[in-house]
Amino acid sequence: MGNLRLLFESPVLLVQLLLDGILIGAIFALAAYGMALVWGVMGLINVAQGELVMLGGYAAFYLYRAGIHPLFAVPVAAALLFAAGWLLYRAVIFRVVDKDLFISILATFGLSILLQQLANTLFGADVRTAESGFGTLFLFGGAVTVSRIKLVAFAAALLTGAFLMQFLRRSRMGQAIRATAQNPRAARVMGIDTDRVHAWTFGLNAAICGASGALVAMTWIVHPYLGLPYTVRSFMIVIIAGLGNVAAVLAAALGLGVAENFAGFILGAEYQAAFVFALLVAILVWRRFWLARERRYLR
Amino acid sequence: MKAPPFRHMAVAAVLALALLVPVLAPAYRSQLALLWVMIVFALTWDLLGGQMGYNSFGNVLFFGVGMYACVIIQRDAGLGYFTGLFLGSGAGALLAAALAALLGSGILGLRGHYFAIGTLGLGIAAGELASGWQFVGGGGGMVPPLFPGEVGGRETFFYYLSFALAAVTLPFLRWLYASRFGLVLNAIRDDEDKAEAMGLRTTRYKTTAWCISAFFLGLTGGAVGNLLGFVDPREVAFAGSTFGVWMVLMAILGGKGTLWGPVIGAAVFHLTKELFWTYLLGWQRVALGLLIVVIVVFFPVGILGWARERWPERFGHRIDEAEAGP
Amino acid sequence: MTFILQLERVRKAFGGLIANKDVTLRVPAGKIFGLIGPNGSGKTTLFNSIVGHHPIDGGSIRFDGREISRLRVPEIARLGLLRTFQQTRIYGGMTCLQNMVISVPTSELGWRSMFSRSPPEDLRRAEDLLDFVGLGPKRHLRAGDLSFGQQKLLELAMALMSRPKMLLLDEPTAGINPTLINGLLDRLRRVNQQLAITLLVIEHNMGVIMNLAEYVYCLAHGELLAEGNPEQVQKDPKVLDAYLGAR
Ligand SMILES: Nc1ncnc2c1ncn2[C@@H]1O[C@H](COP(=O)(O)OP(=O)(O)O)[C@@H](O)[C@H]1O
Ligand SMILES: [Mg+2]
Repeated sequence: MGNLRLLFESPVLLVQLLLDGILIGAIFALAAYGMALVWGVMGLINVAQGELVMLGGYAAFYLYRAGIHPLFAVPVAAALLFAAGWLLYRAVIFRVVDKDLFISILATFGLSILLQQLANTLFGADVRTAESGFGTLFLFGGAVTVSRIKLVAFAAALLTGAFLMQFLRRSRMGQAIRATAQNPRAARVMGIDTDRVHAWTFGLNAAICGASGALVAMTWIVHPYLGLPYTVRSFMIVIIAGLGNVAAVLAAALGLGVAENFAGFILGAEYQAAFVFALLVAILVWRRFWLARERRYLR
Repeated sequence: MKAPPFRHMAVAAVLALALLVPVLAPAYRSQLALLWVMIVFALTWDLLGGQMGYNSFGNVLFFGVGMYACVIIQRDAGLGYFTGLFLGSGAGALLAAALAALLGSGILGLRGHYFAIGTLGLGIAAGELASGWQFVGGGGGMVPPLFPGEVGGRETFFYYLSFALAAVTLPFLRWLYASRFGLVLNAIRDDEDKAEAMGLRTTRYKTTAWCISAFFLGLTGGAVGNLLGFVDPREVAFAGSTFGVWMVLMAILGGKGTLWGPVIGAAVFHLTKELFWTYLLGWQRVALGLLIVVIVVFFPVGILGWARERWPERFGHRIDEAEAGP
Repeated sequence: MTFILQLERVRKAFGGLIANKDVTLRVPAGKIFGLIGPNGSGKTTLFNSIVGHHPIDGGSIRFDGREISRLRVPEIARLGLLRTFQQTRIYGGMTCLQNMVISVPTSELGWRSMFSRSPPEDLRRAEDLLDFVGLGPKRHLRAGDLSFGQQKLLELAMALMSRPKMLLLDEPTAGINPTLINGLLDRLRRVNQQLAITLLVIEHNMGVIMNLAEYVYCLAHGELLAEGNPEQVQKDPKVLDAYLGAR
């Protein structure tokens, strides 16, 4: 708790934490937007969401090792993960889309464990990072430091999100996806091939997670077990923001990023992950009681 | 109703075999002790997941709480080994049950996705908290005191202890499922809204069920911490991606919502795992992940569920009303 | 006259759609009242509001002298106000008899008897009530395997098992074999007279309700259109319009 006092003594720290939180929040928003997409269109909660982020991170890392600047790795990671997502859909996901929710959650949870362990076996348990070499920016006479890559990643995350939204709005497949989200039965009657739509949706989700993972590898680190916190963050952001609202997703993600940074600073970095999971539980329970107060339920 | 004598004989045979394991197969005492633990895992998970329809991914929380509580008491209370172990496990079980009661009204008010992900978060949060908390050894975990007896006595003792846990849990649940309590759990599983519309105090039942589940898991935690000889926050106590998900998997494999399904599932899973483990060299965990996906996707009804579809009359379902009689 | 159920200007909207618009309705104890209206006129929504399924946007609901508009489903059920569902709900995985024995009044499922087995008198009463609705021979069948009409009867028997003061029945004759409807109506009258249970029955079949209820409320587009005894309501031109318009 000593850090709490520190926070009051030097308000410039507030700026630092706020800035770091906002910059990382945009990356959360990407994975969360993907989860909302899959949830809305396919009615599926993808517990392996974070593992897609993790795979994107490794893609960026290996490209970086091959001498490609990690920033160019972002689109490549997205493309690779699109293919991976498509494959996952064809191999497993399509079999559980219409099953009851417990089966789909457990199947994607199994996938998440499988991908974790595959990564651990193939890439090793070491912590990796993709160096951008962008250096650090000093603000307020050096009291606040921002590594430039975080700013770049923030911009790249917003750009990726905007790109996906344009795709959904403009392209034929994007329109089919949105129609399916609105009313799957009507979409089918109109001759939309929902199976193809689902495959694209899952692929796009994987791609956006891949981009987000590449940004994570640049600004932070990757290791085989980083997935679950990303899944939980995405889930939290989506239940706060709702399924159809992009601005709310972004706001919730930035808020979460800030909250996490503050918690990590005040409670100590070793409790930051605990904070994420505890916050999830707290939000769910709070919503349950808040709704029940007026005869409504969280379903 | 009188059970056919064949059943009694089968049960007696299994019991005798189980009791003789330390004599017949002394090399496998530890593996078989874990078999009983797995059975308790699957049974306690199924109390909620199968009988009540609440699929928890965080029941490992109670296991870990029991384990830590027991080892802390053994470390700090200054009791003898066995007194410490028994009091510790008991306290761990009560603490786990109390925790379930505390969390119950909040968490068990969630449904579907929210419950599944919420409990998942709960289990992992506990592991993360324990890894940061120096009082319980932080990320390095804790080591329970050494077993005082002679060489080999430790394995035999923990074999019988685990066996006793399973031998208490199973008949208790059998009795529970035959009571009105069991019926209400099934009603909640079939249609919770209807149960509420009939005025049932569902929260009370759900919480009590979770407490019972937590109690047995907490009890088991104390024993397993000592059996394994170490307590690690993420890999043992709150091991969501091993014990935590195995509980679910074993219950499904055997047949959710039946008394014997979890027992069968745990036995099949554990024995298969132990048999093939050594051949997989480094790919074990990958194989387990794959196994989860394969079972869930291709065999979600489980062994007993499949048998029930195959031979419905053996499972007491009257097909036509003529059979129902007066 | 004492009213067991009293609704004053109850209002409920789903987004822009006003499903119930200032509905005022009173049911005296011991009677059979009807609630009619074309499909989509808000009858089920009104039931849902009464039993606490969702919050209401305005108005008051009193049951047995007590304001219940802020209570939740199980609390209201425990006061003795039960409903059956239009899309029948039973516990599909359990036998009919099991469905019945856990429908005993909740005061009998308190802490002490939570873990006991069902006492023989519960079993006897369950069997009697199953016989009463004509499901006696099917008591050991899985409830989920019954036909829709039989499930409807089971749901009624379950409601009776818990000795309510008042029952809200949502289209009890829908899906029932037409030759059995008269028998069902007869049973409903006996429920009312012999067990002294007040009934409020939703029907959209006019003929049925004219036969059963002694007083009828008619909803259309969420608004109370007419009320009165069956003959009056049946002749009311507004009601005829609503029904014809709905076609
Ligand atoms: N949960 C809900 N959300 C949104 N609209 C609803 C909901 N329930 C009912 N409605 C709408 O309210 C109107 C009245 O429905 P309902 O009460 O079921 O009519 P009735 O039972 O008289 O046929 C319908 O237009 C229906 O679509
Ligand atoms: Mg209706």
